[in-house]
Amino acid sequence: MKYTKPILATMALGLSAGAVGADGHMASDMTLVSWGGAYQQSQINAYADPYVANNPGVTVTWDESSAEAVAKLRAMNEAGSITWDVVDVVAADALRLCDEGLALEIDADEVLAAAPDGTSASDDFGDLLVGDCFIPQIVYSTTFGYRTDLVPEGVDAPSNICDVFDLETYPGMRALEKRPINNVEWALLCDGVAKEDVYDVLATEEGQEQALAKLGTIRDSVIWWSAGADTPQLLADGEIFMGSTYNGRLFAAIEEQGQPIGMMWDAQVFDLDGWIIPEGLSDERLARALDFVKFATDTQRLADQAKYISYGPARLSSAPLVGKHETLGIDMAPHMPTDPNNAENTFLYNYEFWADYRDDIDAKFQAWLAQ
Amino acid sequence: MSETNNSGPMLAADGTPLKESLGRALRRQKIRGLALVAPLLLFVLLTFVIPIVSMLVRSVENQIVSDTIPGTVTALSNWDRQAGQTPPEEVFQKLFFDMFNAAEAKEHTKLGTRLNYENTGLASLFRTSGRSMDDIGEVFQDAIEDTDSRFEEGAFWYEMMSGAGGEAVIAERRARWESLTGDNMSGDIGFTLSQDVATMLPTTAAAYTDFAIWTAIEDSDVVAEEDPWEAVYAALAVDLRDPSRAAAVAGYGGPGAEALQALTAAEMPVLSFTDAFAELDDDWASPGVWQTIAVYSPNYTSGYFLNSVDRELTVDGVEARPDNERLYIKLFGRTLWMSLIITGSCILLGYPIAWLLANLPVRTANVLMILVLLPFWTSLLVRTSAWKVLLQQQGVINELLVWLGFVDDANRLILMNNSTGTIIAMTHILLPFMILPLYSVMKTVPPTYLRAAKSLGATNWTAFWRVYFPQSVPGIGAGSILVFILAIGYYITPEIVGGTDGVFISNRIAYHISRSLNWGLAAALGTILLVLVLALYWVYDQIVGIDNVKLGG
Repeated sequence: MKYTKPILATMALGLSAGAVGADGHMASDMTLVSWGGAYQQSQINAYADPYVANNPGVTVTWDESSAEAVAKLRAMNEAGSITWDVVDVVAADALRLCDEGLALEIDADEVLAAAPDGTSASDDFGDLLVGDCFIPQIVYSTTFGYRTDLVPEGVDAPSNICDVFDLETYPGMRALEKRPINNVEWALLCDGVAKEDVYDVLATEEGQEQALAKLGTIRDSVIWWSAGADTPQLLADGEIFMGSTYNGRLFAAIEEQGQPIGMMWDAQVFDLDGWIIPEGLSDERLARALDFVKFATDTQRLADQAKYISYGPARLSSAPLVGKHETLGIDMAPHMPTDPNNAENTFLYNYEFWADYRDDIDAKFQAWLAQ
Repeated sequence: MSETNNSGPMLAADGTPLKESLGRALRRQKIRGLALVAPLLLFVLLTFVIPIVSMLVRSVENQIVSDTIPGTVTALSNWDRQAGQTPPEEVFQKLFFDMFNAAEAKEHTKLGTRLNYENTGLASLFRTSGRSMDDIGEVFQDAIEDTDSRFEEGAFWYEMMSGAGGEAVIAERRARWESLTGDNMSGDIGFTLSQDVATMLPTTAAAYTDFAIWTAIEDSDVVAEEDPWEAVYAALAVDLRDPSRAAAVAGYGGPGAEALQALTAAEMPVLSFTDAFAELDDDWASPGVWQTIAVYSPNYTSGYFLNSVDRELTVDGVEARPDNERLYIKLFGRTLWMSLIITGSCILLGYPIAWLLANLPVRTANVLMILVLLPFWTSLLVRTSAWKVLLQQQGVINELLVWLGFVDDANRLILMNNSTGTIIAMTHILLPFMILPLYSVMKTVPPTYLRAAKSLGATNWTAFWRVYFPQSVPGIGAGSILVFILAIGYYITPEIVGGTDGVFISNRIAYHISRSLNWGLAAALGTILLVLVLALYWVYDQIVGIDNVKLGG
């Protein structure tokens, strides 16, 4: 173990070459962990079913525990028995798992498939390879939906993030997530802080107070949500005028359920979701997990997933392959958060900043909520 | 019985003394009894007592600091933490070697996460610094290898460090790795340390032994074939800086002696670890970071408990948290107060229903009983979600009120996402726990008493209040204890309908268990909640008397 140059992102490699053994040495059972719902279904359709078709005899079990994946993996690790093989987590959780030594470090070029044109995996995924353990799948965004029928007469539909804070022009309740992340960034942005200064300001006590004060201007009109399904439901029930949630949820409400909801993409916050492999698997299970991950994150598979859900594939090379929705038959590209028309003004979740500040700002945020 | 035994002890049929025989029989009975409950006892112990106790222990545990950076912690104990200065060079030097090992074992990020709970920014400070330990070591490595190229070879190092008599150092380093990683580090490492080198160059011997143990046991490589870590070069440079050690090297005659002697003569970089760390990140030059490490270096800490009551542990002792971070006392108070309200409304609603159940004809009472139990058998989530549909602003209740004209369309009632929602939904969910004990107590009150009271001239109210009610009090007591204790620990219902001012302390415990992963704080909050419940139980016993509680009969 000797590092001869500074390791920035994805260099350290914890795998012995023998682990990726011949097919005969792979476990035949595999437990995949994901979020349940439409998202997990898209993964079953795009990754797991084709994988099993290629590898008859492999049994895939799904566990819908991604929301508590970090806590459960830590508990499994303490109990000395890891029962999961591949786990779907958001990038921030992947970073924490990596920090805690609970996720396997991955060398993207060795473990993941190259693009069809020969571009190496690390170039194909580019900056999305966050940390040393994370294998990205999709780019999703947290953005706003609004009731098209509740827009006041003679006023344009909301198109700017600051419309969220404008109760005069757009009266009605809002739904925001019950955590500081994203909300404080939007608040500062609408309180005159330049986009590039947002995190510098948030790192200070005054900046945090400024953000909470701005949120305080709409506090009486906010319902705080904690599950991604809440906002679409609140919109459908007419409980709120606008609310933040994951763009795929809004797509389902608009296109699949035909609800009178519009998308407001301004200042959407990109985040990543992907796989990690838990540390401490036996060689057979590790070989199976690596084999699956290599298949499930190749260019075609990532593009296939976009047939079922409106999240953008994490590979550059997958983007041109994104086609039509499997059942609705509509073009999926305009519904991707990464589509140029939607991505005029975007944020990328700041992993480093929130790894440090999440506990601190969350404590202040919760105390503020409880006042 | 024969005559000779008349004066002796009484004998059983088999000839053993009766007392002994009886004792044996009783003992056998006791063991049989114990064997019967043993599975349950074991089950309760394994699934209930041990997990709870181990969770509670977490609320004070803090070994992670001294396990991860043991040398630094020891060196810091002499540092004056109040003076507002950064620690001396020696501490930074210890930190370098500690961090180097911790980074090899990937343990430094865990420590960063732990300390980040107390001082924001330490998570990334430890994460990024851990990666750069090699760079610091490399400065020394380059200088040493430039002086004598033999130091580039692993085999040369192996020969120089090998010898006899250094077992004590190896055992000590093994123990240190074990407490750092939690893994078993025993086994042959294919390397024996020379005591002469260990005496002459103690830092180098320790660093090389660390490298040897890790290489042999964790990496399963042959020590002699591997190039030493950068930390080993740094250790050698540190040793040679010391004039007395350099003098010892001058008189040394073992393997590699002349190479070492050449080093003492050569120009070594005058890199100070203090500057090196400060260059990595300004925060290392800030006394605040070091104060946090020093304050949280003991193996057990009261820090989590202090956090749970809105205080914090600082260099100046215990201090109140700033106003904008105080949360937990308010939440504890709210949890207790709202649980009381819920218990009260359960009594108000449950008492008449239990009375009806106990006094209606059996056939009607059975139908009513099913109505009470039906929601009891329905999933908690389903019932809470149903309340959402009923209570929301565009929900059933508001629609009805607007339709009836009681409420203006523009001013619909806000019945959920606040404490009202929590109280309504939890009262409904916990009602059966009040009704059932009440019912079983009321069932035992003979109806003739009420009739007797009335025939003696009591009004309906007097007969109820003076005769019936006192006999139903044990049922109220049992129901209240059940409802109150269940309410205090609720978190799903408050999470769904409670909004911001209707959430309980359990919601924060759940958050710290599954989201922030601050298990120590969650354990401290849980312990306080447990103690509160026990204290209230004691108060209840003093006032009402636990013997007056009846769950039935």
